[in-house]
Amino acid sequence: MTAAVRYDEVEVGQELPAADYNVRRLDLVMYAGASGDFNQIHWNERFARMVGLPDVIAHGMYTMAQAGRFVTDWVGDPGAVVDFGVRFSSMVVVPDDDTGAVITVSGVVEEKLEDKRVVIALTAKSGDVRVLSKARAVVQLT
Amino acid sequence: MALNRDFVGKSYGPTAPYEVSRVKIREFAAAIGDNNPVYRDKEAARAAGHPDVIAPPTFPIVFSLQSGGEALVDPGLGVNFAMVVHGEQRFEYVRPIRAGDELVMTSTITDIRTAGQNELLTIRSDVTTVEGEPVCVTYNTIVERGGAA
Repeated sequence: MTAAVRYDEVEVGQELPAADYNVRRLDLVMYAGASGDFNQIHWNERFARMVGLPDVIAHGMYTMAQAGRFVTDWVGDPGAVVDFGVRFSSMVVVPDDDTGAVITVSGVVEEKLEDKRVVIALTAKSGDVRVLSKARAVVQLT
Repeated sequence: MALNRDFVGKSYGPTAPYEVSRVKIREFAAAIGDNNPVYRDKEAARAAGHPDVIAPPTFPIVFSLQSGGEALVDPGLGVNFAMVVHGEQRFEYVRPIRAGDELVMTSTITDIRTAGQNELLTIRSDVTTVEGEPVCVTYNTIVERGGAA
């Protein structure tokens, strides 16, 4: 494992610049196929409304994957991620248009651990709504 | 409806081996829009110190859905799938999953609780190779909306 980020050069409180990730209906269809999660609330607007949702919503795991991508893009080697957990605090509603929704992810170095590991606290928003809470990744730096 | 608390502690598996392929990893990486070459290019993965292409951190969901699913459809547990959304997810990695892995999983229902009008159920899944090498542990909490109403 060869993380591009050096432990000695990271400080608690250091911010990781925010990044935007688009999520369109097409992305949800691709994610359904790749993950095997064909729950209709992720692609069938009629069904989503029938069970009390405002519209089709993104798979929570799609949002978590974007947060993961944010971390792995920062650290360089995805193999450096040793722990990754989130709570899905709000739904990402995905309208049936060409732009869909935007998930904005940002992060901050929350803690430096032993063995050159750090805790990244993640924030993910869609519009003004926090869609992840308790989102943390522990990464092994060099 | 309320979930059956008698199922806390019940285990499922081990599953039949799941063979991790380069094709599936590439498909999953494409679906999440991630172009990192260590998911697609064996040489890039080797240059990063891995024996073959590795999988994105959230890839275990591909096969943990199958095993966790076995628990969720257990008759008598009482899950109404139409009302289920994902509550929490966590992965603890021993090492990255990589192409060529043959993985088996044992899942245990560790907790069922009520939060407001919802029912929450947590499944822990231990993922190892068929040889018994630990690879990762996943914790999946689902929410049955209105289940406790």
